[in-house]
Amino acid sequence: MELTKENILTLLEEVKDPEIPVLSLVDLGVITGVEISDEGHVTVNMTPTFAGCPAMDYIKKDVERTLDKYGITDHTVIMSFDQPWDSNKLSERGRQHLKEFGLAPPPKYDLILDLDILEHVKCPYCDSENTDMRTPFGPTLCRSMHYCNDCRQMFEQFKPL
Amino acid sequence: MNELAIKDLLYKLADDQLILGHRNSEWTGFGPILEEDIAFSSMAQDKIGHSLAFYTLLQELGEADPDTVAFTRNANQFHNSQLVELPNGEYDFSLIRHFLYDNAEIIRFEMLSQSSYDPIAKVATKLKGEVKYHVLHANTWIKNLGTSTEEAILRLQSSLNEAIPYALGLFEPSKYEQELIEAGVYPGEEAVKAEWLKRIVAVIEKTDLKLPSLATVEPKLGGRYGEHTEHLQPLLDEMAEVFKIDPTAEW
Repeated sequence: MELTKENILTLLEEVKDPEIPVLSLVDLGVITGVEISDEGHVTVNMTPTFAGCPAMDYIKKDVERTLDKYGITDHTVIMSFDQPWDSNKLSERGRQHLKEFGLAPPPKYDLILDLDILEHVKCPYCDSENTDMRTPFGPTLCRSMHYCNDCRQMFEQFKPL
Repeated sequence: MNELAIKDLLYKLADDQLILGHRNSEWTGFGPILEEDIAFSSMAQDKIGHSLAFYTLLQELGEADPDTVAFTRNANQFHNSQLVELPNGEYDFSLIRHFLYDNAEIIRFEMLSQSSYDPIAKVATKLKGEVKYHVLHANTWIKNLGTSTEEAILRLQSSLNEAIPYALGLFEPSKYEQELIEAGVYPGEEAVKAEWLKRIVAVIEKTDLKLPSLATVEPKLGGRYGEHTEHLQPLLDEMAEVFKIDPTAEW
């Protein structure tokens, strides 16, 4: 395999969010850069979704393991806040995967979060917007909990941030 | 820029969040309803994550690693405000403290996202979005419960009266205050406090609660200089209990 940024990103498609196993890190938007030096040293820059997310350390190690697996042993993986994550960085494909997984994808928004954005989330099961937020916190830091008044089910949303 | 001034600022930010994060975690399994149990547990995780981000900046400035800093200092080496170390009390007290604290914290982060000290600005830019959820949570409950039953209003009012002197202690100026303001690192506690007052008043006005007259309240100061209530050391002993059994253990 030729050492190019595109090829490295293709390999990293394999690494999934351990709590949402349908979502790759690339689609999640947490890989902020890949650099390859003239000597062939690979640097992968990453940023956490939520600063307190306990999965981040694991995810970073997973990136290192995946690079090793493909024989790329000369590497550095850096986790930083240099290019902070926001939920607009989730790819279209990632949003589709979340919905199929039963998690409402976050709306694209102007990064000014208010209650309106959280109150009327589209239900991932029946597409109704007649829903209520039950709590802005859920089973993981990145999820809020909602109720659909049409199909009468609780569902979770990947929170806009 | 004087590095001591930056460190002082970072310690105060990090210690507030570590200690309140620990207090929030004490609600795990004890919340009055499941959603609140989850909310306080989630905020605990967020706050401890936020403290880690600031302890990491301190490490980059030559301080010890985050675990050592968090788990091996004594109470008089902590720079947190006394507000965050007070015991949880009943849910009404925890809710009032959460409301008073997080409305101040988000302003700190909003202002620090414009800091001339780049590493702080980057972290604050990230964290202000996360704390928004804490503020939404606090404001929603204060509005709902602050207009509900007589008992709820009485309980909240009594907790508000009790917490206010400690909340004013959040804005105790650092000895480097002027230096930080002049360098554009931090706009200073007076600026944060003025904005905080506007925001909490806007919420309280929508309820049956009354903000005590601040002119007559004596702020509880000292936390930023290592003076704490008798509640901090037992908290630290409990928090570090497992760590101290084997400080070299790999987790």
